[in-house]
Parts: sequence; structure tokens; C-alpha cells
Amino acid sequence: MAIPLIYNVRSIRRRWTSSIVAVLGIAGAVGVFVAMLAMARGFQATLVQSGSPGNALVMRAGASSEMVSAVTLDQERIIESAPGVARHDGQPIVSPEVIVMAPFPLVSTGTDANVQVRGVSARALEVRPTVHMLAGRFLRAGLNELVVGRNAVNTYQGLGLGRTVTFGGGTWTIVGVFDAGGTAFDSEVWADATILDQVYNRPTNIYQSVTIHLTSPAAFQAFKDALIADPRLNVDVQQEQEYYRKQSQALTTLITVLGTIVGAIMGIGAVFGALNTMYSAVAERAREVATMRAIGFGPLSVVVSFMIEAIVIAGIGGILGGLAVLPLNGFTASTLNFQTFSNIAFAFRVTPGLLAGGLLFALFMGLVGGTPPAIRAARRPVSVALREL
Amino acid sequence: MVRVDGGGDGTSLVTVRNLGKTYRRGSEEIHVLQGLNLDVDPGDFVAFMGPSGSGKTTLLNLLGGLDVPTTGSIRVAGDEITSMSAGKLTAWRARHVGFVFQMFNLLPVLTAYQNVELPLLLTRLSRRERREHVETALAVVGLADRMHHYPRELSGGQEQRVAIARAVVTDPTFLLCDEPTGDLDRRSADEVLEMIAQLVSEYRKTVLLVTHDPRAAERAHVLLHLDKGVLVEAQRADLVR
Ligand SMILES: Nc1ncnc2c1ncn2[C@@H]1O[C@H](COP(=O)(O)OP(=O)(O)OP(=O)(O)O)[C@@H](O)[C@H]1O
Ligand SMILES: [Mg+2]
Repeated sequence: MAIPLIYNVRSIRRRWTSSIVAVLGIAGAVGVFVAMLAMARGFQATLVQSGSPGNALVMRAGASSEMVSAVTLDQERIIESAPGVARHDGQPIVSPEVIVMAPFPLVSTGTDANVQVRGVSARALEVRPTVHMLAGRFLRAGLNELVVGRNAVNTYQGLGLGRTVTFGGGTWTIVGVFDAGGTAFDSEVWADATILDQVYNRPTNIYQSVTIHLTSPAAFQAFKDALIADPRLNVDVQQEQEYYRKQSQALTTLITVLGTIVGAIMGIGAVFGALNTMYSAVAERAREVATMRAIGFGPLSVVVSFMIEAIVIAGIGGILGGLAVLPLNGFTASTLNFQTFSNIAFAFRVTPGLLAGGLLFALFMGLVGGTPPAIRAARRPVSVALREL
Repeated sequence: MVRVDGGGDGTSLVTVRNLGKTYRRGSEEIHVLQGLNLDVDPGDFVAFMGPSGSGKTTLLNLLGGLDVPTTGSIRVAGDEITSMSAGKLTAWRARHVGFVFQMFNLLPVLTAYQNVELPLLLTRLSRRERREHVETALAVVGLADRMHHYPRELSGGQEQRVAIARAVVTDPTFLLCDEPTGDLDRRSADEVLEMIAQLVSEYRKTVLLVTHDPRAAERAHVLLHLDKGVLVEAQRADLVR
């Protein structure tokens, strides 16, 4: 049988000041690592969930975002009549839309940030079943009205229900607040597409995207094939979810890479902390180890014992690090969407998977930091160590 | 019977022949033990004395398989321990040797009970059997009521008695005690010596004990002096068993 675990647990407690150094180092590395990835996950989820599985998004061929796309009214008519488009009372459930960016002052800093203002059709809510009104009512066609996403209301000054704002040379009344389920739309402001065009002196027969509600997700391929094959159209057709997934990619990757790098650097520091703690534990307990070796415990028992000790310390660090960032779960932050340069709010996602990953990271640090001291402990000649004080 | 002339017939419990230990410090060689012979029978109680640095601890470490000699052989109960692999030697120690150290060497984070149980973790005994052994050993040293105390909650004498319980709990072939009373006051030292003497007289243990203390040496059956690397018989105590 091995050296009892209680020996290690109590030794950790007895040398708690030294143990705490290692615990905190590991907790810090795990905390930062998990927090950064939770941010990436949250941002990605916010954007990916913006797309509905049964929706398609049509833009001009080659357009990387709605901002740089254009679809004419004539093209829109052709798209409407393509196979697979869902209909309600014979009318196609599609929303041809335009996008402008308007600056609004942030509540937090008072400085302006770009808000994505989406000019929508009357069917916008039907196309996006995840969006529903929280307060007030939806837009009425032909009026200078706005409905505002629930994050936008909280993020920017002056977007409260019933308020009046000016931008783009027009004056707008906020008539409703909508909830888009924590997606990118929650950071948007919606207006009537035709009015928005007029206020911005844009031609009213050119849209930037058309979002189509399909009869089912399975109808997508046939719908896409039909549009691509049509010589009158020169468009890209993608699933709405795919569009938003791509939108999230650059920033998600950036945060993930940054998080990994920062986590790794802190991890290296934490490993040195663990090494230091364990080396001093081994040095302080040279005679204890020699005594156990004299009694008949083998070198492997000693290695395993000190490794377990390092891993217990690392495990405590990992759990503390995870607990420390757990309150971040659901915490809402906002950042720039690199694709559209509009501000977008998202919630951190501290998932069980991330926490498990953080704990594994911690145990790995413990293993790396614990192995060399453990080996040193086991290699020291017993007769020499017994002479030490 | 204890002999130091190498004349035993090799049937003793411990047979040491031509034992040598040389330490190297840089280019300098220190011949601590040279051509040492020793025969010890079961139930013998041998005390080793000698000036500081004469090699008493070195000898005990060699007998206990904690170190390997430069020359010579050590046979214990028929096993030649000097040719054992490190792994075999470790297992041999667990089975055959009980160590008692000057500074007790109890693990401070374990209770008296857990300290005494430690060597039993290397056996196949069940938890229940271990408990019986530990309780018996602690009762023998008179500390059954201190079972759940930590070393820091015990006096030096009590600590050393726990260490003795730990040394005998596996019923080893012999006990090796290196200045077991060196860190104790007179009264505690006497208690511990009484304890060891009792292990020999009542439980027929074989004890090899290093000491500077003449009163400790008095209790042994045989007193040997370590001098210039070999053992010489200094004074034969009463051999009445
Ligand atoms: N690992 C080592 N390397 C070099 N020399 C050593 C080593 N261990 C012991 N020695 C030397 O061997 C000699 C004998 O040491 P040992 O500890 O056996 O003496 P001792 O009789 O037990 O002394 P004491 O009464 O002080 O405990 C000493 O000169 C010591 O310095
Ligand atoms: Mg000594």
C-alpha cells in the first residue's frame, strides 16, 4: 500500500503559507484562462444564435457582410418566388433590409459608439421567431419610428421607450423594445426600411440583404440551388446561422488565442510557483522521507506521494480559479464586431466544459511542477538524508 | 552469543564478515570501517560505543540495509543483503528491520496511531488486523491512551516510545537503535531504556543499540567498542537471561 494520502493533505495544511503561493498562482492562471475562453464562447454564442436554423440570408455575391452588400428590388422579387420560401396567407415570409451605422453615446463612458440600425420590412418579426416585443409595440409602416433591442436600451443613452432621438437628419420616436434572446439583434435598433432610406437619401429600391424564412431547414439546398442557377441573380446564399458564425470567427479566434497565450504565460509562472513550493516541501521533509524509506516504502511510493501532493495543491488552485470566474457567467460586456464595426453586447459563458478544461489545466500544471521535486525526494540517499535535521 | 573475531560458524542471526566502508570526500578517502566482523544470535542485546565519528551510525546503516558497504558481507537470517538490488533491499527492510532514531523521526502530521500503522501499510494485513497490531504495540510501550495524539502533543520520552512501537509493530528480525536516548532527559531516557530491555527480556527481541550513555550500555548483554574500524569487546555484562 502507498504512503497515506492524509500525510500529504495534512502536510499541505501544515505548510499552508508556502502551499498558498502555489495555489494562488495556479488559481490565477486557471481564472484568466477560463475567463478569456468564456468571453470567446459568449461572443460566439451571441452571434451564432442570432441566426435561425430555418432562415437563409441572401447578399450580393462576394459580400463579406450586410454593410457592403446590395440587392435590388427586382432581385428581391425573384428571390421571394424561389422554391422553399415559407408563406403566410400566400405572402412570402421574407424581410429585405438595409443597414446604417449611427453613433450613440455609451451609458458607461459617454463617448459615442456605432449602433447598427437595421431598416426592416413589416415581416421582420415573422422572419425571426426568436425576436419578440418586450414593451411598447412594433413599427408602423411609413412612420419615423424605432424599436430598440434590449441591450441597446441599456448600453446607450437616450434610447428609452417613448424618447425621441435624432440621427441621419431625421427625428425618431422610440415606440418599442424587443428581446432577441441574447443575440446580436439585441444590440440593434430597427426602423422601417423605406423611411430609413428616405432619411439617408438612399434609393428605396436597393436593399442590402434579404432574410428568408424557409419552409424547413431542409429546404435550404433547393432554395440556394435555384437562386444560384438563376442567370438574373448574382448573389451569395447562406444559412443565416452560417453568416453569423463567420461574423463571430475573427474575434472569437482572437480572444481564444489571446486567452491561451496569456493563460500559458501565467501557467508557466504558476508551474514555477508549484516547483518552488514542492522543492521546499521536499527539502523540509528530507528526514521524513528518509524515515519512510527506512521503514520500507520504495522510491516510487515517494514519487507518487509528492506528485499527489502537487496535484492536490493544483486541484485546489484549479477549483478556486474556476469559482473565482464563475460569477462572470452571464455577465454582459460589449465589444466591437470586427466585421461590421458596430458595437455588440454579449454575455460571458462559463460552461461546465470550460471549468473542466480549467481544472485539467491546473492538474497539468501540478504534474509539471510536482514531478521534478518528487523525483528529487525519491533519489536522495536514505543514509544521507537521515543525518539531516 | 555475540562474537567479534569472525570465528562464528555462520549460523548466527546476523553474520558480518570483513565489512569495510570507505567514504570519499573529493580526492580524500575516509576508511570508516575496515575488516569488521560480528556475529549476533537471536535474543542478543548488543550495545555499540565509540567516539564521535568512529562509524557507529555507519555500521548501523549498513546492518539495516540503508547503505551499501565498500567490502565484506552481511548475512541476516540467511539472506546476503549486500548483494540485494535496491528494490529487494527496501522490501527486506520492511520485513526484517525496526529502526529507532535519536530524534524519534515520527511524522509530525500523523497521530501516534497512524505513525505506528505506517510499516503495516506495507504488509497484506487488513485494516482490522492492522488496528489490532497497532493497539498491541502501543499498549506494550504504555501509550494506548495516547493513540490519537500528535507527536507535538507528546513528551520526548513518549515520542520515542511511539517510535519503538512503530519499530516493533511488524515483529522485525532485529531492532536497530541509534542513540535512542540521546535527545532525552535522564528520566525519559531511563523509561525508554527500560522499555527496550523489556522487549529483549519479555519478547525475546534482538537489539543492536548505539549509545554514548554508559547507563544505556549497562543494560545490554554485550558491550562492543568501535575502534579504528573494527569492533572490540569492551566488557561483558551479566548474561543471565
Ligand atoms: N555520506 C558521507 N560522506 C562522507 N563522509 C561521511 C558520510 N557519512 C559519514 N561520514 C563520515 O564517516 C565518519 C563516521 O561517521 P558516523 O556518523 O558513522 O559516526 P558516528 O560514530 O555515528 O558518530 P556520532 O557519535 O557523532 O554519531 C565520520 O568521519 C563522518 O564524517
Ligand atoms: Mg552517529
